[in-house]
Amino acid sequence: MTPRTSPTRRLIGGTGTYIDERFGSANFVTRSLRKLFPDHWAFLLGEIALYSFVVLLLTGTFLSFFFEPSAEHVTYNGSYENLQGVEMSAAYASTLHISFDVRGGLLMRQIHHWSAIIFIAGIMVHMLRVFFTGAFRKPRELNWVIGVTMFILAFANGFIGYGLPDDLLSGIGLKITQGMAIGIPVVGTYVSFFLFGGEFPGTLLIPRFYILHVLLIPGILLALITAHVVIMWYQKHGNFARKRSTEKTVVGAPFYPYFVAKTGSFFMFVFGVTALMGALVQINPIWLYGPYNPAQITADSQSDFYFGFLEGAVRLMPAWEYSALGHTLTLSIVIPALVIPGLLFTVLLLYPFIEQWVTGDKRHHQLLDRPRNAPTRTGFGMAGVVFYGVLWAAAGNDLFATTFDIPLFATTWFFRIALFVGPVIAFVVAKRVCLGLQRRDRELLEHGVESGIIKRLPSGEFIEVTETPSEEAQAHLEGKKEIPQIALPARDDGGVPAPHSRGVRAKLRAALNRLYTRDEIEVVPAEHHRGEHGEAEHRELSSTE
Amino acid sequence: MSDKDTDVGRSSGGRPRRVIGTPRPTETQYLLGDDEGAAGPPATPRAERDEDPKKIKKAERVVAFFFGLSLLGSIGFVAAYIAFPVSGMAETALSNRWLGLSMAAAFLGVACGGTYWVRRVMAPRELVEEIHPMPSSVEERRDVVEYFDQGTADSRFLRRPLLRRALLAALVPLGIAPLVLFRDLGPLPGTVLRHTAWKKGMRLVVEGSGRHVRASDLAWPGSYITVIPEGFEHDLEALAKATVMLIKMRPEDLHLPPDKMAWTVDGIIAYSKICTHVGCPAGLYEQQTHRILCPCHQSTFDASRAAEVIFGPATRPLPQLPIGVDSEGYLIALSDFHEPVGPSFWERG
Ligand code: HEM
Ligand code: FES
Repeated sequence: MTPRTSPTRRLIGGTGTYIDERFGSANFVTRSLRKLFPDHWAFLLGEIALYSFVVLLLTGTFLSFFFEPSAEHVTYNGSYENLQGVEMSAAYASTLHISFDVRGGLLMRQIHHWSAIIFIAGIMVHMLRVFFTGAFRKPRELNWVIGVTMFILAFANGFIGYGLPDDLLSGIGLKITQGMAIGIPVVGTYVSFFLFGGEFPGTLLIPRFYILHVLLIPGILLALITAHVVIMWYQKHGNFARKRSTEKTVVGAPFYPYFVAKTGSFFMFVFGVTALMGALVQINPIWLYGPYNPAQITADSQSDFYFGFLEGAVRLMPAWEYSALGHTLTLSIVIPALVIPGLLFTVLLLYPFIEQWVTGDKRHHQLLDRPRNAPTRTGFGMAGVVFYGVLWAAAGNDLFATTFDIPLFATTWFFRIALFVGPVIAFVVAKRVCLGLQRRDRELLEHGVESGIIKRLPSGEFIEVTETPSEEAQAHLEGKKEIPQIALPARDDGGVPAPHSRGVRAKLRAALNRLYTRDEIEVVPAEHHRGEHGEAEHRELSSTE
Repeated sequence: MSDKDTDVGRSSGGRPRRVIGTPRPTETQYLLGDDEGAAGPPATPRAERDEDPKKIKKAERVVAFFFGLSLLGSIGFVAAYIAFPVSGMAETALSNRWLGLSMAAAFLGVACGGTYWVRRVMAPRELVEEIHPMPSSVEERRDVVEYFDQGTADSRFLRRPLLRRALLAALVPLGIAPLVLFRDLGPLPGTVLRHTAWKKGMRLVVEGSGRHVRASDLAWPGSYITVIPEGFEHDLEALAKATVMLIKMRPEDLHLPPDKMAWTVDGIIAYSKICTHVGCPAGLYEQQTHRILCPCHQSTFDASRAAEVIFGPATRPLPQLPIGVDSEGYLIALSDFHEPVGPSFWERG
């Protein structure tokens, strides 16, 4: 260390020496401190998910000091007067206890619930960002798979947590789950009996759910989050094309001190916002619902937003059921409860591999796509969003019916049709919009930016002066990469289809590739245009003021 | 800096043009390679104005203000914890509000201060770094394969089939055998789902109060109550299947086959309250239209016509419980339901 020691030097020098003598890590540490993080608002979305998970861990641990995961019958005698003397499960009683007899308990419950919602919403939006910018492409496919797995686990854990307090709504949610479980072909009743330890509701489910909720699933999530972040760190964050931000170089602010301070502030921000919501916006007021009783129901149950698409699917499904040979196949349950979520999650999981198969694009991508530059993908993504959105909105079909005074029959049929037509329209519109935006970009590169200055030429003609886009902008606009086209069916000299283009799979692949690459707009670097259109005049025009 | 709106055409010194979605031009420093020796030239601040000590001082004050706010928030949090007890609704709401607001202030203070610090106080710096290709060299990869090959050969695993098969025979059961442990997670379903707690002669009692029911308790057409089997008031498993709704209708409104008509008493008809869709209690009754509505997914049943489904995802009518009157005039069940109640299942047939 230098003799002229600043306080940080002394501090870091001391510990640093201690650690380095044992692990020899100075090299690694400098590299890490200097690691660059590109800056874009959309890159914060993953951090929302990450930090709300931390909030969940902290608040959840606090709750677990008081929560009693037991279905044992007790008579309530806590502070909440309206339920004194009422019989209920110990789980419900302890949740009332957390809410009304532990200072800060209600706040922790509300923060826990709000951060669960923000967690799942954060994951979803982050996933959309990754999808629409093509950040899942090679080399990041496996991180996408980890991400989708975490999404499924988060979803499951939110559902399980919702069932823990054993209030009327959570019990109804479990009853619905059990009703769906027994509808699974062949194994349904066994699944239900093994899950509940016998008949519904039994006394085993709450303790079982509890251990899944606080140990198993958070443990797996923690491991996956670690892997997710380490992989991201190692492979480097993707970034948008700019002058210095290319496939070979990354631009950003170094980890220390910039990213540390930024992300630390952001963590505080997420915690602060969830605290604010916990303070001001009531969520899941279980004391109003009362304890679970299988004979009772409330008309205005409201579940967390992320169950919405399943609920919508269940509501839209026609009453299809077939019985034969002593067995019953209930499609009105199997399709919305198994087929639709199964399909959604499978397509999500496999998408990077499907797209890679269709485009044959095995290049290493450091640069992100702007959504417009991958019109088919963007269209497909929008179709998915609309499909999900229609299902989600359909969960409120009764609300629409009563609010706008239309028959339930009509809203249901509206959503049924929208479910099939909506995604098609979304695909076509999104693709057209993307292509339009691409053309606009191309025009900017070809003709420059309109300056609003009108000039009269010697010939008497009026023209608008255009300016060359800055190099930064040019780099951004030119960031589009060609999508490879697979030329099929390829034929060898004798006119026989080449081996790789024969067979159903190859034909399917070729067809999909054609679909994917149709309407491709070629990217032509700006120098080209200026060469063609006479750079001199362009310059001259743009320097006239 | 944000990518949202940026200068595009500054080349000619005219008014800058903005194009949404393109980055702002910045002066960037290079940091070539990331091995130790090759640090780039010493970083210089991006622009003079960013170095203006007055501005930095002002920004520093703003940051300090936010951090101070956070401190106040933390003090407020402890104060609110001590000052506001919890117990009733109103007290708890007050405590919750102040604990939450002070906590939010404590976090948001640091958040805002920190962000302001990064943006206005820290020397702005943006670096460029080269990205090394991810894949290793061909030689490196070949080394791995070779080493692995050699290791396998050394283990003689491939050459010794007995060893190989024995290992497999040992490991596979190791993975599968523990599955038997899951057998005792629950009993087998058997025919449990086909039966409910109702038996011949069992009295109907009102859910909640436990009173016995006489036909005269449902005097007016349109009356509706929820009943459960006597003796099972606290048995949640029983209630989950045996809960029944009693509906009184004018006899002329009831359109039932004769055998089911015999299961009613004085226009009082008993239907399972467990929705045949996925099992919510189908709790809403509209007396004008004789419709039973399940609030969960809006399955709608016609109470006057054997609870046939008239709308929604439910696939079958609500089963009817045969009821009669005992010697003391109380309503009783004549038997269990004649078919399984609630949602369909594979073995239902
Ligand atoms: C993936 C992350 C998690 C999600 C999405 C999640 C979600 C939820 C939800 C929605 C509830 C219902 C809360 C209510 O309104 O009462 C809940 C309850 C609960 N959670 Fe979590 N949670 C997560 C992680 C955790 C962790 C890590 C712990 C403990 C270490 C935990 C402990 C609890 C406890 C004890 C309850 C019951 C207490 C109560 O209902 O007030 N949770 N969770
Ligand atoms: S449970 Fe009754 S409609 Fe779904």
